[in-house]
Amino acid sequence: MSEPSEAIAAPRLAWQVANVVEIRAETPRAHTLVLDVPGWLGHRAGQHVDVRLVADDGYQAQRSYSIASAPENPHVELTIERLDDGEVSPYLCDVLHVGDGLELRGPIGGYFVWTSNQDGPVFLVAGGSGIVPLMAMLRHRAHAEPDRRARSPMRLLYSARTASDIIYARELAELAERGDTRVTFTLTREPATSEWKGERRRIDRAMLEAEGWPAADSARSYVCGPTPFVETAANLLVELGHDASRIRTERFGPTS
Amino acid sequence: MPDQMRLDGNAAAGQLGELFARDVTTALATCAGCHTTAPLGALAEYGQNMGVVLRCGRCDTVMLRLVRTPHAIHVDATGITVMVVPVS
Amino acid sequence: MVDIPFIARGFHSKRPAAPPGRLPPGQYETRDFPVLSAGPTPRTPLDKWDFTIRSGDRSMRWSWQELLAFPHETPTVDIHCVTKWSKFDTTWEGISVDTLLRAAAASSVAEKPFVMARSDGGYTTNLPLADVTGGKAWVAFGFGGAPLDPEHGGPARLLVPHLYFWKSAKWVRGLTLIDRDEPGFWEQLGYHDRGDPWREQRYQGDP
Repeated sequence: MSEPSEAIAAPRLAWQVANVVEIRAETPRAHTLVLDVPGWLGHRAGQHVDVRLVADDGYQAQRSYSIASAPENPHVELTIERLDDGEVSPYLCDVLHVGDGLELRGPIGGYFVWTSNQDGPVFLVAGGSGIVPLMAMLRHRAHAEPDRRARSPMRLLYSARTASDIIYARELAELAERGDTRVTFTLTREPATSEWKGERRRIDRAMLEAEGWPAADSARSYVCGPTPFVETAANLLVELGHDASRIRTERFGPTS
Repeated sequence: MPDQMRLDGNAAAGQLGELFARDVTTALATCAGCHTTAPLGALAEYGQNMGVVLRCGRCDTVMLRLVRTPHAIHVDATGITVMVVPVS
Repeated sequence: MVDIPFIARGFHSKRPAAPPGRLPPGQYETRDFPVLSAGPTPRTPLDKWDFTIRSGDRSMRWSWQELLAFPHETPTVDIHCVTKWSKFDTTWEGISVDTLLRAAAASSVAEKPFVMARSDGGYTTNLPLADVTGGKAWVAFGFGGAPLDPEHGGPARLLVPHLYFWKSAKWVRGLTLIDRDEPGFWEQLGYHDRGDPWREQRYQGDP
């Protein structure tokens, strides 16, 4: 039986138009859109918005994007990974510019959230763009728990294709250097001859065991990324003895 | 071989929100098939662009189906015996 | 309150120019083959698989080997999904539903005006009998020259290309002939009982 759920304050569930105030390139494939959303009531780290694009002939496309920014940030930031054969992400990365409107609905998805009033250690497991909602959780923690010694212990395991695909690389490296968050990267397609000194393989049982929390610590786990990645990680965590009800998953769909 | 098309119920938050006028991903739903109770956000979601299909994570029973047509929202929640939605 | 969409500046769908007259209204061409599924992929082993045509208390059942012993056809057809993608010139291998209905009729399985297709995993879809006869439908086990992939409905799916593709039930295990039309899985939730893409019969109530 699941633990008691937190109520979610009624969000604006209607579509509304946000204003793009800044666009940042994060990696060659990923851009962050910084949005000013009128009447935004705030969100919880891990939630997402639905984005809707309507062409002048009425053609519509809709996708969900996780909010990358901390709830304490007055702007809403979405980090978009550009899928070459995608329909929405190329528009958001290549065509949208500062000053444009973007229609969205949310924040929604209160199931996959972490708030700093939740006690206990946390294991964040990210595959590719699955880092986005987990980054919101890390950023929320930085705001809500400025005293580092009191921080909820968090560990991040982030699987990316190559070093240049690591989103928020500098921010995560700084976080790791501060010493209160273990950050582990593993790359799955990094050229063998590169200077990368970190892990170079798909996540597996040994890696989750080494980089995560012992099962006895009753950590909460948040696993996000392409569906096969999430299935593998979640199943391995259960195999390692973690309580399934303390593992929250957000599958992004088939690997692109 | 994992089912590539399966998402989590959390992904349907927006579509469910059109009907329930609130985010119901943390609501607890009891499966009519096997009586397992789980948050809607944790159920298996299979609707893709046809609609929302939420299935029990234990027994695959279809717990909720939802389709948005131009004029209506159609819902079948007969696979849920009881749903408990937390309110502040 | 009317929901008036905001027009996104510079947004267009990625639509390669399709030959005129080939795309039903509201559709766009895709070169992919998107997978849609209402549930987990069933995995019935072929030695347990069978296909049944039922009518009232009569039925006719074939094993996998028995089904494959019927004459094979290799239709090349366009397919149209109600989610708006269409795919041209898809190639299939299967047994004509006419062939199966004729064989069933020889065992007194009576024709009735409507059909409910039933699949592994519980999926159902209803169609008029007239839409699965006259060379319009197959039980298909091959796609693109290879055995039909499980994620696309293998070992066998119904193929009814002149209707929206949700009628082409994946993982099909049988057809039940019925006197009165009854809605299947998606039809119960508002999708059309017939689903003709050329008349844009997407939802109940569409003419």
